[in-house]
Amino acid sequence: MTIDNIIIWFQSWLPNARIAPLYVAAVLIAALAIFLVMAVNALVAVYAERKISAFMQDRVGPMGQGPGLHAGKWGLLQTVADTIKLILKEDIIPKAADKKLFIIAPFIVFLGAFIALAALPWGPTLIAADMNIGLFYILAVSSFGVIGIIFAAWSSDNKWSLFGGMRSAAQIISYEIPAALSLVAVLLLAGTLSMQGIVANQSGTVWGFLPNWNIFNNPFTFLAFFIYFIAGVAETNRTPFDIPEAESELVAGFHTEYSGMRWAFFFLSEYGNMLVVAGVAVVAFLGGWQSPIDGIMQGPLWGLIWFLLKMTVVILIMIWWRWTFPRLRVDQLMNVAWKVLLPIALFNLFGTAIWTLTIG
Amino acid sequence: MGLIKADEMTLNIGPQHPSTHGVLRLKVKTDGEIVSEITPVIGYLHRCFEKHCEYLTYEQVIPFTDRCDYIAAMNNNFGYVVAVEKMMDIQVPERVEYIRIIMAELNRIASHLLALGTFGLDVGAYTPFLYMFRDRERILDLFEITCGARLLYNYMWIGGVSHDLPVGFVEATYRFLDEFEKKSEEYHNILSYNKIFIERTADVGVLPKDVAIDYGVTGPNLRGSGVKWDLRKDEPYSIYEKFKFEVPVGQGLMGSVGDSWDRYWVRAEEMKESVKIVRQALDKMPRKGDVHEALPKRVRPPQGSIYFRTESPRGDLGYYIISDGKDKPVRVKMRSPAFTALSALSEIASGWMLSDVLVVLGSLDIVLGEIDR
Amino acid sequence: MNVNQKVSQIVEEKFPGSVIIPEEPQNDFIQLNSEKWNEIAKFLKTESALKFDSCQCITGVDLGAETEKLEVRYNFHSTKHLHKVEIRIATDRKRPSIPSVEQIWRVADWFEREVYDMYGIRFKGHRDLRRMLLPDDWKGWPLRKDYKTPQTYNGMKVPKVRKGWD
Repeated sequence: MTIDNIIIWFQSWLPNARIAPLYVAAVLIAALAIFLVMAVNALVAVYAERKISAFMQDRVGPMGQGPGLHAGKWGLLQTVADTIKLILKEDIIPKAADKKLFIIAPFIVFLGAFIALAALPWGPTLIAADMNIGLFYILAVSSFGVIGIIFAAWSSDNKWSLFGGMRSAAQIISYEIPAALSLVAVLLLAGTLSMQGIVANQSGTVWGFLPNWNIFNNPFTFLAFFIYFIAGVAETNRTPFDIPEAESELVAGFHTEYSGMRWAFFFLSEYGNMLVVAGVAVVAFLGGWQSPIDGIMQGPLWGLIWFLLKMTVVILIMIWWRWTFPRLRVDQLMNVAWKVLLPIALFNLFGTAIWTLTIG
Repeated sequence: MGLIKADEMTLNIGPQHPSTHGVLRLKVKTDGEIVSEITPVIGYLHRCFEKHCEYLTYEQVIPFTDRCDYIAAMNNNFGYVVAVEKMMDIQVPERVEYIRIIMAELNRIASHLLALGTFGLDVGAYTPFLYMFRDRERILDLFEITCGARLLYNYMWIGGVSHDLPVGFVEATYRFLDEFEKKSEEYHNILSYNKIFIERTADVGVLPKDVAIDYGVTGPNLRGSGVKWDLRKDEPYSIYEKFKFEVPVGQGLMGSVGDSWDRYWVRAEEMKESVKIVRQALDKMPRKGDVHEALPKRVRPPQGSIYFRTESPRGDLGYYIISDGKDKPVRVKMRSPAFTALSALSEIASGWMLSDVLVVLGSLDIVLGEIDR
Repeated sequence: MNVNQKVSQIVEEKFPGSVIIPEEPQNDFIQLNSEKWNEIAKFLKTESALKFDSCQCITGVDLGAETEKLEVRYNFHSTKHLHKVEIRIATDRKRPSIPSVEQIWRVADWFEREVYDMYGIRFKGHRDLRRMLLPDDWKGWPLRKDYKTPQTYNGMKVPKVRKGWD
């Protein structure tokens, strides 16, 4: 189901309509679907994060006695209540803030995560836009958010925000490189930038029993997965790489001055970014919507289920990390990116190239 | 570098900030992330403890000492009470001595748990903090069944303690100690030997021996710098000479001696020693006895003055008390260990990064209630 | 012989006339003149037999509004010889001033600022003598016995001290 499919479907109903309005309508429908995915993801992931962290810390997390009271059975309605609270909250714009930038910043950050999701293949046929440069597109637009973060940091007119913004810019730009390089190793195997093409390339088995996912394809891509994952977590600003918002140092970093719905947009995009990073990791390394056992449980619906399942596992690992690790320092973070991850990623790239030429 | 000289930025850390451990304000000059100058500004929590004492009788001062170091209130009571008893030459019953030491050492464990937990928070580790609070809660429960309060006890009185131990206290404490010893391993697994934690704390904010002594730094901070100085061993008060325990000192296991990790580690080890002391005290404590036996009818220390130090979880806690023979002290001065520790901050944390300043601050384990009094 | 007596003898030998002999003999402290305090302090810290390297506490004392004097009491401790000493220096109530030892024991920096804050005793040679615990614009020296609680602070009314249970 792509945007093109929707247009064709429209045309079967309205054969005489011009193509432009139909195209706009189709894009809006797709956008709405993606927004819903992000919102639901945030609802579920926040609840999961709360509960999992609670279980890790010998607590019970949000609890309630039933509908109407507190936050529902086992606190299931906690995030719903939080959302209502955030919508109802007063919208505060500091006097000294640069008003225009301050207002626009959360939406730019949100946009970065939002449009990146358009190119994620949710199943063999379910993708908003199957571009031939899908992976490149995602890498490009997901670094878009950093502009919003710098806008937010600068316009708040707060020193802590500025610190957070500068750190964030440095961090995201640095970690783009190892992330991109480890994805290039995958491109060597797939020979295409199209997301669907990359997934389709991972069918079958390797060594007879393992699914032919890129992570199992050769030792270099196995390593590349971890590099991508570490760099990806760093790009989502989560612990141990959460220095841009480091609570104990910078109060809340770039979103110190934000409240209510504007803050919620930062929050939404953080979880949206997790979705993008997990999605790309799944597509590039974990076989996307391919079934783990070759030849069975395939098809559009199974594809969606497999994709969501793999993504959940990756996101759970991110949550697990967050509640286990302390935070790195700025210079250590940069050291990890430039002195450890980048050389390994480069080495991986050559390794994969040689592997594909000789063995593969 | 060197050629490019950017403008310095003045940054206010606090008084409202998540990791200043109270209402502390640090005026910080930064060049990018590097901090070049730190000026602590204190007094936001000043409650005129010393002025109040002039208007209160000796017994009425005790609850005020609670509120100075509210994390280790038992130890603060202890120091004051022993000082006044020394002035009045009161001999307290043996059972009271044991009860006091059990309480003081339990409070030391609770205080260190909080110190280590919040130190973890400063470094960004959230989970160890809650693990430690879970165990601290058990100790507070023990205090609650003993004297009804969970934070500000007013438990130790001049010449005795306010309540005898409740039924089942000894068993409950044994149970707690057994479980605590097992659980304290969890902290090491999740925090102490975590690679990131070591990277963040080892070699950061090194406090050399001579600087520590010059700045009057005491307690675990001084021992972290490798000085074996513990009043419980070196100038035993109460009945501390009856107990067998070690004084852990920083050895620079992960970096150089006296770094933030050493201070952390000394506290972690001290909790084990406190467990040992509590266990011995529980074993040897007389099971029966009146805890109000030695309470004086009127507290009127003879004319004179005393400077008396005890080992609180933060270091040498000194009381300077002047009496003119009446029921109210002329002067009660509290020499708080956190006060001197904070004064060393600008010396050891300047030149480090902003994140490190807060790590060093956390490793010094200050309580603002005690600094501002 | 008590440490205080021993130290008192050594100091008197080195700086004649600096030790004030009290009317009734006692061993608890040494009463000193404030004149040569800075040199004596250096001597206390560096002399190999004394080595008072740790300044434990500096206490300001006001023994009553009718006395002419304010006092500062120093408690020193030696981590080398494990002995301790108490030194008292009196100063005039009208123009209280004592040489600073802040550059000899760094910890004295904050202690002296606190004493200044509460008693208004000026420490000569202190590099950064400001209020410590009280606000910078506070008037008066609260721990002096003749201190009167102000009616207002910056235009705000100061609540009356209540007596008893009322």
